[in-house]
Parts: sequence; structure tokens; C-alpha cells
Amino acid sequence: MKPFAYQVPGDAVAAVRSVADRPDASFLAGGTNLVDHLRLGLIEPGLLVDVTSLTSDEITDHEGGLRIGAAVRNSDLAADRRVRERFPVLAESLLAGASGQLRNMATTGGNPLQRTRCVYFQDVSTPCNKREPGSGCSAIGGSTRNHAILGASEHCIATQPSDMGVALAALDAAVQVLGPGGERTIPFTELHRLPGETPERDTVLEHGELITAIDVPDLPIARRSRYRKVRDRASYAFALVSVAAALDVADGVVRDARIALGGVAHVPWRARRAEEALRGAPVSEQSYREAAEAELADARPQDGIDGGNGFKIPLVTGTLVATLRELAGEEA
Amino acid sequence: MDSELTLQVDGATHHLMIDTRTSLLDALRQRMGITSPKKGCDHGQCGACTVLVDGRRVLGCLALAVAYDGAEITTADGLAPGDAGGHPVHQAFLDNDAFQCGYCTPGQVCSAVGVLDEIGRGWPSAVTEDVAAGPRLDDAAAMDAEIAERMSGNLCRCGAYKGIRAAVSQAARAGGAVR
Repeated sequence: MKPFAYQVPGDAVAAVRSVADRPDASFLAGGTNLVDHLRLGLIEPGLLVDVTSLTSDEITDHEGGLRIGAAVRNSDLAADRRVRERFPVLAESLLAGASGQLRNMATTGGNPLQRTRCVYFQDVSTPCNKREPGSGCSAIGGSTRNHAILGASEHCIATQPSDMGVALAALDAAVQVLGPGGERTIPFTELHRLPGETPERDTVLEHGELITAIDVPDLPIARRSRYRKVRDRASYAFALVSVAAALDVADGVVRDARIALGGVAHVPWRARRAEEALRGAPVSEQSYREAAEAELADARPQDGIDGGNGFKIPLVTGTLVATLRELAGEEA
Repeated sequence: MDSELTLQVDGATHHLMIDTRTSLLDALRQRMGITSPKKGCDHGQCGACTVLVDGRRVLGCLALAVAYDGAEITTADGLAPGDAGGHPVHQAFLDNDAFQCGYCTPGQVCSAVGVLDEIGRGWPSAVTEDVAAGPRLDDAAAMDAEIAERMSGNLCRCGAYKGIRAAVSQAARAGGAVR
């Protein structure tokens, strides 16, 4: 590990300036992903700017919804009574991720910025376009079990690993950002980007931009919402696929739905085609299947030395159907 | 690059100059000679380095020591004794033979203390049926599932999980978290 300076500036504005001024500077929050990356040699910052004490660690009522300070720990967010009652999908997504120890460390601002767990990205001895642009993608034709089926490119097939991000994508959340040029708000579904030709960029954030809060809007449908995660072991593992969903049904008809998928793309995948297919459809297994089919129409599974990831198509379908069935049952 | 640091560990105050790259785990073990937190994977995957920071369980290996200036740290070594002379969680591990080689045990014990606190606060987990209602403390089967889920960040290569679950369950009953 290369030596680095460590700094706790007086406030968030000074922290942004410190990072913006130095191309080799990084923000440090919970550190659960960043410290591992230092140790693996993935990153070699010359300066770490600790922002844990510089953004809010409170959850406040905001325009009918909630404003979650960037420093709120994942465990505190999952335990918050307002989140559990009004946005159960968000609490469940947090609890489905990592371990109790990690949730006590990881923050609201840091969680969506955690990087892919693609094994090739994390292994500095293998080519990876995300880690070293232009070096090639070792995952394509390699082990693709954990990789994308939607929105991938010939340069990168990595997936975004955050569970919380999948719920936030479904909930129409917004990200408050402070940068060298001032503040801006980014819809959560536009925070992450597809890999295209520049997979080294996970998000639309510019160097020096800091997430200060995440807003979850008032969304009555979210009171009936679930997060369902499928993984290789029952706990403490990343998603093969996951579904965040909220459903509003009345008189046997779906009135509205919010759906996002995890483990399938370089972004938390908002499933707008599935939502569209469900609106006005009868509450039935067939409707749910058709919604999954609509969303996965453009899915492109990867071949791989481990058998590829074609299994994700039936797995997403089954997981989505099961989640919707459960939500509709709760309503009845 | 060095940085100055003060830590309260198991009731004692430590002042030290430390390389900014040092993890909290290495600071405890290498610089302060406090060796109950163990280094297993050093990547946040095994839980052997679990300690309590200001009462909450965290992983020492993924914490940069410099970021914890002023923190109060409790290791398995420093858990306050109960009436019988040992901390109830330590005693429960002894009573239930909750280990074989013992390497993961200090991390398991710290994690268990954190789990009991979290259950006591009514925090839900991934196996809680209704996150709004919180964990069901009156149902033995539900409670066993809660404990297994909440302890999943602590691996035991000997596979002493049966005893560990029984130990945490005993400590939960003794502490009044569970009936």
C-alpha cells in the first residue's frame, strides 16, 4: 500500500475543495469497500479526505418523505421506524446486504458508490477495462455467473452490487450532491451509468462531487413493498439477482407498481417496462410473467467457463413473480 | 505518513503516532499488544477482527485507525465481568462448548454482544417476518433463525456453529432480551 495523507477538513465545502484540487484524492466514509481496495492495490490515493463527520447523520422528515443524511449508517437507516413502516423495501434491502458489523460502518452516501465485486476487477493481475481502461475485459468468456444480462457492453459486463441502491431506484429517490461548482440534485436512477466504452466510470459524479444526502419522496405505494434477494448462500453474500417491488392492487387489478432489479446490470435496473406491463393488468401469475418477459426482452446472457449466466433469466422471472404474488396477497 | 491518535481500549488510554495506512486491527495487535482481536482474512469477510467501537460491533480490519481518533474500543479481552466473574457471553460460550480451535472466538463474542444489544433495541434483521414489527422474541424457532442470521458475519472454520447459536441464545435469555 502506498503512503497517503489523511485529512478531516472543517466542513463539507472544504472537503470538496480538497478532493477537487487533487486528482489523486478520495473521500473516505465508512471505508468498508475503500479500505479493502487500498489493500488489494486497486487504488493508490495520495490523500484521503474523511467526510464521516462532515455530512448529516440524521434522518429528517422532508416534503412528505425522508431526507437521509449521507453519514447515516446502514444499520441505523434499516432500524429507523419511519423507514420500516413507510418504505419496508428500503429496510429489507439494507438488511439483506453485508453483515451486522459492516452495516454499522457503511454509510448512506458510500453504499451506492461501492464498486463491482467482479473477481477480475478485484484481481490486479488480470486485464480489466474498469480498473485499467483499454486493457480488456477478462470476464467476457470467463466466469460470468455474477455478471450482467442487461445493458452490458463489449468492454464491461460487471454488475452494481448495492442492495440499498435497488430499493432506492424503485422508490424514485434523489441524490443531493455538493461539488466544486455548488449543489445539484440527481435522480437516483440517473446516478449510475451503463458501461458503454467508459466502464471506468460507475456514476455520473465528477471528481470532487460529494453525496450529502439521499431523499426518498412521499410514496404511499411503498408501504406495501418488499426486497427479495437470491444468492449462493442464505446470508452474507452478494445477489445473483434481486427484486425491489411495491404494488398497488384494487378489485383484482394492478393500479400501480414500482420495480427495480439487482444483480443484472451495471446499474440498479429500474424495470419500467415491467411496471408499464403491470398497470391495469389483472392480478394474476400470467400478468407477472408477462411483466418479467417485457423487462427481459433485450436481455443478453453471457457464455462463460462456469456455464454462463443464462440462468438469470428464469431466476429474475421467478423472483419477480414470487415477489409480486406476495405483495398482491398482502393487499388481499 | 504519520498521524497522532488517542484511543480508549478496554478502559486504558493509548496515545500513539501511527502510519495512516494502519488498520485499527493492526494498531491494536501490533502497536498496543492487544491480541484478542484476530486477523483472519483481512478483507472483511470472516469477522475474526470484530471489536466494539462506542458499543457497536465493527470490523477492525476495514477500519483505518486514524479515522477512529478518540473512540472507545472494547475487545473480547475487556468485556466487563458479570456476577459470576466472567461476562455472560463468555460464560455462555464456555457452557455451550461454542468453539473448537478458538481462533474466531473473540470476534464471535464481540459480535454476540452487539447482536444482543441490537435485538434489545428491536432492530429487525433479514429473517424478520415483518420489519416494522421487529424480531419476535417469544418464538424459539424464530429467535434461533434471528441469531443465525445476525451472526452470519462471523465465520468458524471448525464449524462450531451449533454451540455458538446455543451460546448466543443462552446469553440472550440470561440478559432478558429473550424469554
